[in-house]
Amino acid sequence: MAADNLPSEFDVIILGTGLTESVIAAACSRVGQRVLHLDRRNYYAGNWASFTFNGLLSWIEEYKAQQELPSTKSEQGWNDQIEDEEEVIFLSSVDSSISNLEVFSYASEDSEDDEQPKAPQMDKAAEETNSCHTEAQDTDSFDSCTQSDSDPHNPEGNEQTSKIQDTCQSEEDKKDQQPIRSPEQPLEVKKKITYAKLLKEGRRFNIDLVSKLLYSRGLLVDLLIKSNVSRYAEFKNVSCILTYHNGKVEQVPCSRADVFGSKQLTVVEKRMLMKFLTFCLDFEQHQEEFQDFTDMPFSEFLKRKNLTENLQHFILHSIAMVSQDAPTNTGLKATQHFLRCLGRYGNTPFLFPLYGLGEIPQCFCRMCAVFGGIYCLRHSVHCLVVDKESGKCKAVIDTHGQRISCSNFVVEDSYIRDEQRAQTTYKQISRAVVITDRSILPSESDQQVLLVTVPPLEPSSPAVRMVELSSSSMTCMPGTHLVHLTCSSSGSAHEDLAPVVSRLFHVPNSCKEECVQGSEENEKPEVLWVMYFNMRDTSGLDNSSYNLPSNVHVCTGPDDSLGSDYSINLAELVFHQLLPDEEFCPPAPNPEDIIYDGDQGEGTTFENDAHKEGAVIEGEDEPQENKEQVFSSEPVQDSMGQEIMTE
Amino acid sequence: MHGRVKVKTTAQQEEEKRKEREKKLKVYLTVRDAIFKKRTNSELDEEALQLTQQLLASNPDFATLWNYRREILLHLETVKEDEEMQKLYEAELLFIESCLKVNPKSYGSWHHRGWVSSRLPRPDWKRELSLCDRCLSLDDRNFHCWDYRRLVVKASKVSVEQELQFTDRLIGSNFSNYSSWHYRSTLLPLLHPQPASDPESACQKHTRPTASPQTHGHRVCEEQLLKEYELVQNAVFTDPNDQSAWFYYRWLLGRAEREELISCVYVSREGERVAVAFSKPVNVVNLMLVLDGQPQQVEWRSVHPQFRHSPVWLCELPPSSISDINNEHNLTVHWTEKHTHRDCALYTGRMESWCRESATDQELFRSELSVEKTSVLQSELQSCTQLLELEPQNKWCLLTIILLMRALDPLGHEKETLTHFQTLKEVDPMRSSYYSDLCSKFMIENTILKMEYAEVRVFSLSDKNLSTLCHLDQLLLVTHINLCSNQLVKLPLQFTMLHCLEVLEADDNAIENLEGLYHLPKLEEVSLKNNQISKIADLSPLATCPKLTRLDLRGNPVTQADDVWAELAELLPSLTELLL
Repeated sequence: MAADNLPSEFDVIILGTGLTESVIAAACSRVGQRVLHLDRRNYYAGNWASFTFNGLLSWIEEYKAQQELPSTKSEQGWNDQIEDEEEVIFLSSVDSSISNLEVFSYASEDSEDDEQPKAPQMDKAAEETNSCHTEAQDTDSFDSCTQSDSDPHNPEGNEQTSKIQDTCQSEEDKKDQQPIRSPEQPLEVKKKITYAKLLKEGRRFNIDLVSKLLYSRGLLVDLLIKSNVSRYAEFKNVSCILTYHNGKVEQVPCSRADVFGSKQLTVVEKRMLMKFLTFCLDFEQHQEEFQDFTDMPFSEFLKRKNLTENLQHFILHSIAMVSQDAPTNTGLKATQHFLRCLGRYGNTPFLFPLYGLGEIPQCFCRMCAVFGGIYCLRHSVHCLVVDKESGKCKAVIDTHGQRISCSNFVVEDSYIRDEQRAQTTYKQISRAVVITDRSILPSESDQQVLLVTVPPLEPSSPAVRMVELSSSSMTCMPGTHLVHLTCSSSGSAHEDLAPVVSRLFHVPNSCKEECVQGSEENEKPEVLWVMYFNMRDTSGLDNSSYNLPSNVHVCTGPDDSLGSDYSINLAELVFHQLLPDEEFCPPAPNPEDIIYDGDQGEGTTFENDAHKEGAVIEGEDEPQENKEQVFSSEPVQDSMGQEIMTE
Repeated sequence: MHGRVKVKTTAQQEEEKRKEREKKLKVYLTVRDAIFKKRTNSELDEEALQLTQQLLASNPDFATLWNYRREILLHLETVKEDEEMQKLYEAELLFIESCLKVNPKSYGSWHHRGWVSSRLPRPDWKRELSLCDRCLSLDDRNFHCWDYRRLVVKASKVSVEQELQFTDRLIGSNFSNYSSWHYRSTLLPLLHPQPASDPESACQKHTRPTASPQTHGHRVCEEQLLKEYELVQNAVFTDPNDQSAWFYYRWLLGRAEREELISCVYVSREGERVAVAFSKPVNVVNLMLVLDGQPQQVEWRSVHPQFRHSPVWLCELPPSSISDINNEHNLTVHWTEKHTHRDCALYTGRMESWCRESATDQELFRSELSVEKTSVLQSELQSCTQLLELEPQNKWCLLTIILLMRALDPLGHEKETLTHFQTLKEVDPMRSSYYSDLCSKFMIENTILKMEYAEVRVFSLSDKNLSTLCHLDQLLLVTHINLCSNQLVKLPLQFTMLHCLEVLEADDNAIENLEGLYHLPKLEEVSLKNNQISKIADLSPLATCPKLTRLDLRGNPVTQADDVWAELAELLPSLTELLL
């Protein structure tokens, strides 16, 4: 394997390809640091990754396998590389950041054309994810999710669907508890999307593990523009912001045009809302308006401003997007940020990257590779070699037993063993991924990207954020919509989010009896497939949370907020710890401005050079290639895609 | 540091750019000269098309080149088949599109596109329409594109409904757009015209030939009007400082077109004069005066030679035709052109007589806004008042409220109106003079109404901050006028319409100019204390008033002049009482 030939010395070794790590990698490489960027997985972006449908099924399988596998460590074979004055810190070989994973499939199993997806297609799909899944794996995952003996007599459908939990059953056990297939409906007018269809079209999906949007004036967008990394990605505007209010989904008037066009607001409400929003834009200038409320919650402030109940709801839950008890200042700042982001690229403050959020870390990796960073996937670090005297990490020993020196080591949190942690209890993020058959917003165009805020259904339950993606965002197959639900956990993902899913969608087997009566129920989008899981939220942790050498920098995983400011801030912070005197991600030069030395210099394009210089070790792991092909064959792109342009 | 990518310095880049520019300029000039040479030699060939294309691609505003291209294309039309021309013109459209990308507001490109579209044997209007849509989505205020779009719509006969939906869409995405609102105002009367049963439009029907759609009566049926009011309200409540919606609102509330008629006939035995007032300024060509059944040969003149159009016209009857006070006379003035006339009887023992339609009868000053239904105006006033409560400083709202109040009940709302004007001047000091003039106009209108109710011929409007005089045609019959303690700077030419004026009091103003005191046959007393008259010459118009006997000029700079007594005595020999 090519990795055997890795150089034995780097300036920075980075383990994990999530957003924070990738930004640091790009920033270091950009200013001339020799960067080795590793990930133990066979795909980029770690918990920030996006998967095809089949890729996601493999991910689920992997998760299950990991639950079963006792982590066996082979800690021999490289002990000879450790000297007396050195000691080692082992890294974790198991990723335990995901938990409570549950999958339910409601898509009909019969398929008129392709009874069984053909093996070659599966191959293709596997390539799409840049993964090297064996065919067996894919077929296996397919089987495990579809070959179910449906049990229509069991009234409690949810209970008997497959639960893939921490304490996981064996494969045999699960065979008996596979997802229910929806009862056959022979008089179906609309062509149903079958499970086989989902698999067949699986490569059209790009399902994010983390669901975030880009605030159009957030740190991430600024960074993409500043660094010229934006040239590697395309974006789509979030077209509309909705909220669950009074038992139905309503449009949130947030821009001037929305307020003007809103049918639900009275003219007086329109004036009040505009007036309040205008005030928020530069609220710092109007101390007198809010200084008496600084110790009070924002929700109280809204009440005191005589805003109607409607308006309070919109501002609190959908514009500021803060909790009931958030202080006034926080609410005002959040509102201001929202408003400042309006109109830069469209009528809402948000952008969504085409092909999924997983693209973004990869764009930064690409930038890193262009400037000489070396990439190895399926390649991790066993342990750190620490100099006893200085207490610093001087090298690492990788999973191939090679000792590689470095002056700094950056690592994603999930690679850290519990022994190195000050505490082992975490916040959690609850996530649900739902594939539905139509949009939650009936409108002439079903090609929208929607953000839906769902305030706590019960006082004790969390506020849920929902992003609905259409096929034009290149994240799901035509005829389906991909819905991401996110909240900060109070229970398991299923406990937190299933009530919202059943409130907003039509979940087939829960309605088996109601099907006849519920015409209203039929108005709602139908759930074809749903997955729940919890992701560890380590964003609260900092250096003091770990017992590690001072030149080992831990990057915490994704946080539960809508934007990515947290991760970008962290990346910049770590970068400045590594290189206090260097600029963070200065603009990458244009290809024509680069001077090539004699030995490097046939004037090929920058992109080609990237491959030459960037030395992407496992060629098929370079993700952009496949995507670009897909891209060029999609005519929709031209009108839909929106590129971030430098201003 | 090793491994760092080497990047050209800014100076290097600058230098390269400079060289690049020089090279470009050289090519540009060479090609330009070549083109001009070809044109001088009248070479209308495809090579010239090539060359001009090269230059226009980088500079689409080179009008001469577009002209040359048109010459060439017209020539080619004579030698080529339709099919070939179609191809050529299509290529031309494609080329213009690329020019528009260089400069989306290029006059030359848009104009050429319009020309090409009109020459194209088989035009693809759909494509052109979608091009406009694209351009307008990039810049919804690109008026070049709006213009071109109108051309396309006209040529391709897009339905009015579709166009109205188009404005819906544009206004929905951004209502700060005059173009969209204005376009709407031209479409609505076509789509939802005011029912023909309306007396006004009915009576106009026979006078007006079937008007072209563009100019057809600008009124809209009430049902649609209410919808439009709602739309505007959404806009003004969302952003009360956006003027485009307010302007559209003004249009919706309407400006009545005053009917053309003879509003007053005045006859005086003294001087045997007839004065005729019209509802709007006219240039009289065909007035027939019939006295006791006998058409009279008279010469009509406007009140001042400078007015070719005037609301008041005068004539003298043949000598001795009505001078005997013991005779009764019947006078009719026919306006043959407009098929209208007005009678006036002069009874025995009376020196003068008149027949008129009063401003009150005509609802003259309400018609500034012409929505027929008071209830509609009332509810509009309510919602504006509601908005004003939320936005007490909003000038558009204040102004609209004033207009609505005037339309509803000018006298009843007088006090509130004045308060609102005061606020307006404070919140919008830049336009305080405009508001003063407008307020003056309304005050004059109110005074005219009051005068008519009181049935007197005395017009008194002192100490009301008047900054200007208007509606003077309505004062034809006034004998006494009091304009003291205002801010007038002149008595304008229109003042000559006060044909019956005997006494003028205009003390304590800032009057410098008396040009309107011209040929006022009955003017006897003029009091101009404390004004700004500085030269004897400024008083010369008074010399045309034959009956002037009393003049008070105290407190004017002119009184300081040497020989003022003597000069005035010479200028105004009829004066019996002069106060300096």
